[in-house]
Amino acid sequence: MTDFKNLDISTAKECLLKKEFSSLELTEFFIDRIEKSNLNCFITNTFENAIEMAKESDKKISKNREIRDLEGIPIGMKDLFCTEGVRTTAGSKILENFVPFYESTVSNNLISDGAVILGKTNMDEFAMGSANTTSFFGNVINPLKSSEENTKDLVPGGSSGGSASSVAANLCMAATGSDTGGSIRQPASFCGLVGLKPSYGRCSRFGMIAFASSLDQAGPITKTVKDAALMLQSMSSYDEKDSTSSRKPIPQYLDFLNFDIKGKKIGLPTEYKVEGLNSDIVKVWDDTINLFKKNGAEIVNISLPHTSFALPTYYIIAPAEASANLARYDGVKYGFRENSDDLEDMYELTRAKGFGDEVKRRLMIGTYVLSAGYYDAYYLKALKVRQLISDDFKSAFEKCDVILTPTTPNVAFPIGEKQNDPIEMYLNDVLTVPASLAGLPAISVTAGKNSNNLPIGMQVIGRPFDEISILAAGKLIEEYRGF
Amino acid sequence: MSIDNKTVRKVSKLAKIRINEQEEKKLIEELNNILGWVDELKKVDTEKIEPMLSVFNESMVMRRDEVFSETSDELVLKNAPESKSGFFVVPKVVE
Repeated sequence: MTDFKNLDISTAKECLLKKEFSSLELTEFFIDRIEKSNLNCFITNTFENAIEMAKESDKKISKNREIRDLEGIPIGMKDLFCTEGVRTTAGSKILENFVPFYESTVSNNLISDGAVILGKTNMDEFAMGSANTTSFFGNVINPLKSSEENTKDLVPGGSSGGSASSVAANLCMAATGSDTGGSIRQPASFCGLVGLKPSYGRCSRFGMIAFASSLDQAGPITKTVKDAALMLQSMSSYDEKDSTSSRKPIPQYLDFLNFDIKGKKIGLPTEYKVEGLNSDIVKVWDDTINLFKKNGAEIVNISLPHTSFALPTYYIIAPAEASANLARYDGVKYGFRENSDDLEDMYELTRAKGFGDEVKRRLMIGTYVLSAGYYDAYYLKALKVRQLISDDFKSAFEKCDVILTPTTPNVAFPIGEKQNDPIEMYLNDVLTVPASLAGLPAISVTAGKNSNNLPIGMQVIGRPFDEISILAAGKLIEEYRGF
Repeated sequence: MSIDNKTVRKVSKLAKIRINEQEEKKLIEELNNILGWVDELKKVDTEKIEPMLSVFNESMVMRRDEVFSETSDELVLKNAPESKSGFFVVPKVVE
């Protein structure tokens, strides 16, 4: 069998069209790797479907007719996207046996473009987590190891941990993720990949299991920046089935290749030098700043004064929205039910047994901050601070074109760490949450490694719907990082 | 503002999640920690600030009032834990 490891989408596409190998060969290669892997990346495999899809692609290629943008490219689908006839769990016991009868718009777009779906990737339960340790289907393991302690399994980050780990371990060419507070960018950073969270409204939320609807946004996790552009192109669409889907025209994302960073202004927010920011990460940040300087960009110091309030704001708004969204899991219409003769009992027991600890914790917080007497003090207050955070970015973008920060305060940590105090886990997202609250596009690209050979990601945040600029900035980092 | 066992019980009722005594104790501690941490927001002056409900600033349009996919009752009920004669079944609520 040919070794298709480290193959990117654009190279694979070229080879497929030149008939150097078939989609079936490519698909079987990844199926074989998934079967041999013990990283727990997939909750449900769809190998039979995948082989059919690959054969279909090969047919189109052999006839040289109706060849689509992602023809024959094997990918992983986060188990948050409803897939028609294929079990969709959101990493939860409460949806353990849920088989949707409709397809999410994002997965539908990818399938329509010829992508071959290998299976549904593991994730934190309802996307609530930063280490993929809250899944009902078990922890996901990062394929990377620290060179110092190479016996310890590391977390892949979360919540799109299965997606990131599977791409990093070459179990698929790319995968979909979803990002509410950092769930694409943080795992991409921990696994040495590219993760792109588009502007809010760019990808449809239809059929994506809801966590916090004002924040949730789908995006790709890939090996290269160019692959991220290719995946994003397919995933993006205006969709009348999502009332917050954007009607703004969708650019050709590959145009980022012709976008010159020279003369552009790169903003550095002083507030992102947060307490506990790892010194290796600070060094890579400095190196990246110099890289932009050398390539003719102008470095501008900016201020995002409400940065330190972003995480507490997020941990009011996201749980509040979740408590409303997850009210639908009542043991009646679908999913798990704990039987009882009494209706109220049935609801309470179903939800007590169906949800895991982290989900319950957030539902409790969300219910509390929305309850009579506390709504103004917590929820309304958080919405006002969210406005201030968004205004900070607006003023900053009057002075710069993109903002450059690290993605995470630390590199990937061993499984089992940061499990005792929820807040310690929440701090993983301190650098990614602000852009989520403001609905801005942001990309994480590996820029360096620490002394133990673990990847360090840099985050580039752009103006609303300016995905081209962040792709171009990401490309520069990728090109010059030296590995 | 601190959460006591009465509040935790009330919230768990509202959230419809049954908790046992042990979970109650743990939740009191965790929720107090988290709420103490988010209390940080009180430091921000928001007097003249309007709440931000969404980052979406395009005009919302009414969707067409048309059926775009026909779904059979059978399909809808397929995922139900219990169904009968085209209905979802729940425990008896009226005597």
